[in-house]
Amino acid sequence: MQAGEKVGKGICEIEVTVRNAAGLHMRPAMQFVDIANQYQSSVSVNNGQTTADGKSIMQMSMLAATCGMKLKIKAQGPDAEAMTEKLRELVEVKKFGEPTPEESKGQVP
Amino acid sequence: MEIRKGVAVSPGISIGKCLVIDAEDYRIPRRAIQPTQRLTETQRVRNAFKDAIEELEKLQAGQKELKVRDIFAVHLSFLKDRSLRKKITDMVHDESVTAEYAVSKTLRDIASHFATQKDGYIRERAADIYDIERRVLKYLVGEVEQEIRDLTEEVVIVARELSPTQTAGFNKEYVKGLASGAGGRTSHTAIVARSLGIPAVVALEDITESVTGGDTVIIDGNRGIVIVNPDDATIQQYLEYAVEFAEMEHRLDLIKEKPAETRDGVKVSLYGNIEFPDEAELVLKRGGEGIGLYRSEFLFLNRDTEPTEQEHYEAYARTVSFFKSKPVTIRTVDLGADKYTQARRYIREPNPFLGLRSIRYCLQNLTMFKAQLHAILRASVLGQVKVMFPLITNLQELMQAKMILGDVMEDLDDEGIKYNRNMEVGIMIETPAAALTASMLARDASFFSIGTNDLTQYTLAVDRGNELVSTLYSSVDPAVLRLIRTVIQDAYKARVDVTICGEMASEPEQVMLLLGLGIRKLSIASPMIPEIKQIVRSVTIEECNKVARKVLSMNSERQISSFLRDSARKILPEAF
Repeated sequence: MQAGEKVGKGICEIEVTVRNAAGLHMRPAMQFVDIANQYQSSVSVNNGQTTADGKSIMQMSMLAATCGMKLKIKAQGPDAEAMTEKLRELVEVKKFGEPTPEESKGQVP
Repeated sequence: MEIRKGVAVSPGISIGKCLVIDAEDYRIPRRAIQPTQRLTETQRVRNAFKDAIEELEKLQAGQKELKVRDIFAVHLSFLKDRSLRKKITDMVHDESVTAEYAVSKTLRDIASHFATQKDGYIRERAADIYDIERRVLKYLVGEVEQEIRDLTEEVVIVARELSPTQTAGFNKEYVKGLASGAGGRTSHTAIVARSLGIPAVVALEDITESVTGGDTVIIDGNRGIVIVNPDDATIQQYLEYAVEFAEMEHRLDLIKEKPAETRDGVKVSLYGNIEFPDEAELVLKRGGEGIGLYRSEFLFLNRDTEPTEQEHYEAYARTVSFFKSKPVTIRTVDLGADKYTQARRYIREPNPFLGLRSIRYCLQNLTMFKAQLHAILRASVLGQVKVMFPLITNLQELMQAKMILGDVMEDLDDEGIKYNRNMEVGIMIETPAAALTASMLARDASFFSIGTNDLTQYTLAVDRGNELVSTLYSSVDPAVLRLIRTVIQDAYKARVDVTICGEMASEPEQVMLLLGLGIRKLSIASPMIPEIKQIVRSVTIEECNKVARKVLSMNSERQISSFLRDSARKILPEAF
């Protein structure tokens, strides 16, 4: 990982909840790693069972996080804080641009 | 040493080092590599990913549909995922396995992880992973295909199933035998092997899991046996057997100059089926009286663009000039189903054998169709050319095809190019629909050619390549025979010629039946011509008629097959 050089030595850990109805399927997983890869810091995501590299779509999609699931995001590196903030926004505010269960009312995105 | 039993589809013996072709849509067996190969294999993984990324980026750029673009973006993201690639290259390195296996195993593990999730939406994503797997494997398999094109030493090829595209790329000088896991007597592997005159055994099930590239393999196309890594005694035994077999072949060659005439003096015409222009010579060498089926699809294989009119012309001109006054029957392109068109569709047809294939494809792709007809007409002045439309199912299709031929003739008139205005136009009878309406079709066709392979599969609703049901596939099923009889009778009544050009015509025990049904023209793979001629020369039409009458009174396929085998043994003891 290119963020190996720990300049700021900053660690930032947050917990987010998956809000969109369809969960962390392929497209959301891609959006997640696309953002993560814009930062130097390394990032891991834990679903309570497994830890995934937040920059790998393979590992992120394999978390198979469904709606309502809590994820621990742990970033480490010079821009750890900015990165976790962006990721939180993606998961909880933008909700990957997808509807919540109430909004979708049974519609599949 | 491992001995495997399959189905013999092309006679002969060959012993050689093997080359294995995996298939991107079939389970890739675990195959070990030498530690020294690890670097090459990991590099192959990287190259395949790189090529797959390039292809997908191009596809994505040309895609307007937003949803599809999104899907491509996800696939690209996977292909660019370093941790995925590392997982695969680590596996090649740590377990010393082939690139194909590591790619397939890793991605299939991921896919099965998705497939076991509770959430339905996430579970379905397994399909994306399989798609990615196929895309990467395609490049790895493609490399092996390239290797076959560039062969410099003799090999035998072991594959799951060979596609027309793969066999078209063979360097024929060096491919000495074929063995495949799938397939039956009429599979593409079998057809190609017979036309090249090399031994082949099919239906060997998981044969690709028993061999590693470079193993010594014996292919016994007479007895349907494949031996992997034979011991010295076995090799010696087979070398002697190969000599004996060659002597027998030579004896058959001696009858080349003799006419194909029954003992009671009835003349039968034997023609060759060919796929490539360079097979024409073999037809004459084996005593063929012309070409009964010239498959024209080869021009479309191994290329991204359609062949030009000139390319069509050159291929036909070469063959037609070679045969001079002997007939050459060119079948217009029979693309679709298992050939060519599917690979070019983004969404595959769900049921290609019932889809846009053969004449239907031509009638919807008029520019291509007209270019071919233009070339055939131009070649028609060089010899005795006939044209034949495949997979006709109704009169309208025939009329439409003939109308287009008429249009092309007018074009040639305008261009001042000479052609044979009276060129014979015939059709293939290979659907029950065509067989049942043969009397109507006969008014507008100058000849019929019964394609027994497709006719059998469409009549019995059996995919001949599917091992699960292939035992149901039989050209001597009472249903198929009744259709064949109808066609022959209607052809006689309307005085149009009728030929059999399916595999059935080269089944020694079925030849008597066909003669008894009234067939006097057979078109077969050229290596089979001497053997079939031998049979024709050993029988009388009287005997054949008796066989046919008896068979038509039987009501089960099994009864018919065993009766035909028995009668053949009685009448032709030396051939069996």
